[in-house]
Amino acid sequence: MSSDQSKPQTAPEQKKSNIDSTQSSISKKTESITPEFEGSLTNQLVTRFGDKIVKVIYVRPGRTKILVPPNEIVQVASFIRDSLGFDHAESVSGTDYPNDNQIEVIYHLSSYSDEKLSSQILALSTRVDRNQSTIPTLIDIFKSAEYHERETFEMLGVYFEGHPRNERFLLPEDWADIPPLRKEFRIKGR
Amino acid sequence: MENEQKFEETIKMGLDIVKETEEDRLMTLSVGPQHPGSGHFRFTIKVDGDYIVFCDPDPGYVHRGEEKMCEYRNFIQNIPHLERPVIHDSTNITYSYSLAVEELTNIQVPLRGQYIRALASELNRQVYTLYWLGIYGIFLGHSTMFMWPVGDRELFIDLLEALTGARVTHAFNIPGGVRNDMPEGFKDRCLRQVAYFEKRLAEYEDIFYNNPLFRQRTEGVGILKKEDAIKLGVTGSVLRASGVPFDVRKAEPYDVYSEIDFKIQYMKSCDSFARSTVPFLDMKESCHIIRELLDKMPQSGEVRAKLQPNPKGPAGESYKRVESGRGSLGYYIVSDGTPKPYRVKISVGSFRNMLALPFLLTGSKLADMPSIYWSLNYWPVEADR
Amino acid sequence: MLKDLVNPTNFNLLVGKLGDVLTKALDQPLGYAINWGRIWSLWPVHLETACCSVEFGAASGPRYDVERFGIIEAFGSLRQCDLVVVQGTVTRKMAPRLRMVYDQMPDPKYVIAMGACAITGGLYIDSYNVLPGVDGIIPVDVYVPGCPPRPETLIQGCMLLQEKIKRSKIR
Repeated sequence: MSSDQSKPQTAPEQKKSNIDSTQSSISKKTESITPEFEGSLTNQLVTRFGDKIVKVIYVRPGRTKILVPPNEIVQVASFIRDSLGFDHAESVSGTDYPNDNQIEVIYHLSSYSDEKLSSQILALSTRVDRNQSTIPTLIDIFKSAEYHERETFEMLGVYFEGHPRNERFLLPEDWADIPPLRKEFRIKGR
Repeated sequence: MENEQKFEETIKMGLDIVKETEEDRLMTLSVGPQHPGSGHFRFTIKVDGDYIVFCDPDPGYVHRGEEKMCEYRNFIQNIPHLERPVIHDSTNITYSYSLAVEELTNIQVPLRGQYIRALASELNRQVYTLYWLGIYGIFLGHSTMFMWPVGDRELFIDLLEALTGARVTHAFNIPGGVRNDMPEGFKDRCLRQVAYFEKRLAEYEDIFYNNPLFRQRTEGVGILKKEDAIKLGVTGSVLRASGVPFDVRKAEPYDVYSEIDFKIQYMKSCDSFARSTVPFLDMKESCHIIRELLDKMPQSGEVRAKLQPNPKGPAGESYKRVESGRGSLGYYIVSDGTPKPYRVKISVGSFRNMLALPFLLTGSKLADMPSIYWSLNYWPVEADR
Repeated sequence: MLKDLVNPTNFNLLVGKLGDVLTKALDQPLGYAINWGRIWSLWPVHLETACCSVEFGAASGPRYDVERFGIIEAFGSLRQCDLVVVQGTVTRKMAPRLRMVYDQMPDPKYVIAMGACAITGGLYIDSYNVLPGVDGIIPVDVYVPGCPPRPETLIQGCMLLQEKIKRSKIR
């Protein structure tokens, strides 16, 4: 057992030695330096749509997140697919925030065809009212979100306008309770 | 003459009465949870003669509410029940979770711990792919191809049992590293097993992949072109069999994978045969990765970072993904500053590949159903979580 | 002389007594033979309920060969099977189907509850979609504990079932 312990590695995102060299070297030591490539993605979005529609939540190495209002989400998604080059949705999920009386629906988008974008995940999020939650569907733009949206409907009660099947998917057919992932649904005994 | 006319008229009347409608031709079958070819999953198909015209998957028979249960347990207590969805690939599904929690709570993992984590992940990938191959064999009626992989898999399970203490549910990865160090003599045992296994892989190729019956049943069946694969968002070996060289270990290297030199295995033929060969090639590549990991591992060091009893971090969110046997497995964790996560979303490869099932089955023959369905690398328990 | 013994008055009596003697003589060996046949050919239905199915698959493999006990997974119709191994968690969606499968099997049929989730709900006891144990819907003969049980434990469970069948009476 040697007395000198091996130096602990820093966070995993630092190791990008075999990715395209045009991607800038990312430093996680100071949060005030925003990564260049990810910053350029969000800058393109903000210049195209303006500050009122696209709000940038965070820009980190490899991950960016923007917030758009629900009625503009189709335009922003088409721009992301056509001009920026993201081509599929990794996952679609919803989070319930009862304190703000809102549900946040978030699409994690990534790209298979573009080399530089294959390590990036752009999180496109929107917030809907908890009692009247309808948002237009994105399956015409990202077909890979179809089953995920259906699952978000049944787990949280968010209705996707234009989705062909807003129906039960994973839950039993005779489920008569509120959508399970809402915060007021308590598991038995807790 | 009159009689002939009357005769013809009567025949025409009779044929009008028994004319088939479109709906009468179709027969609805339910390939249900009790079926030798479906596992714990059901899909409804409508069949016109020998051709499938409509398919509708119906998952949810093993939906145990993992995501809801995660909100009632703290970060470390979540590990045992999060590894049950894919019980025989449990290291990978907790690997991704540990990476996401480490980012949220700012834990640094020691280098030797990272190497052992990657080694366990590769061994588990072999175990999973061998079981998949075994079930594939028995779906197509090749029972020798069930016995050989399941038997060879036991040798890898012995290695994992020596390392972690359990056969399939290891609970080995925790946020911060791994639970314990490798035992003595493990490295030599591992290298011997890998050398034996490479000889066996050559035998598998002979008996299964070069078998003319298997080739006939899978070549040209279920073609998924490259543009469709990208549009549908499939992942893992299904994507690599359609000509897209994408692997999370190369695109976004996590832990020590940036130091390991290996090639992405992909094929361009897009059919069922390619989807069943890509995992086999992945297994071969995995053997090289295991050797390299054992070579480059630091000889001594800590394997786990010291944690406080209830680890917690500032409020925030993180998304991390890992390459598992089925494809990219991502975790989206939202934390609100308490020791319990606020929301955990698991994005599994099986759920994403399920979208390709109705796409491929419509228009194909009923007899091709097992080879298309199982080649999509679909594990029902994981898709339902 | 036989004609003097067998006359119309005591013919019925004689046949009745002969029947009694035959049943007493053949009951035990016949029962033993029928039970012997049932023990060494228990065919389970191919119904995978949840994650313990992986250990059941490993038990059919070459190392823990369960086929030497006659337990071959019948990849055919369930009308020919006589064993249901409930492998793991039973969810609310799966429960009516499990009951349907159990009803469709012909008598005599046996049930093994494999894994902690099938016995009491196990690790998932507080989930919203999980039944707390399977013995609420079908009668269970043998409980095999573990999460998942090792294949040797499953084989021991099958041997206990065999002991139970040996002791049963034939109707």
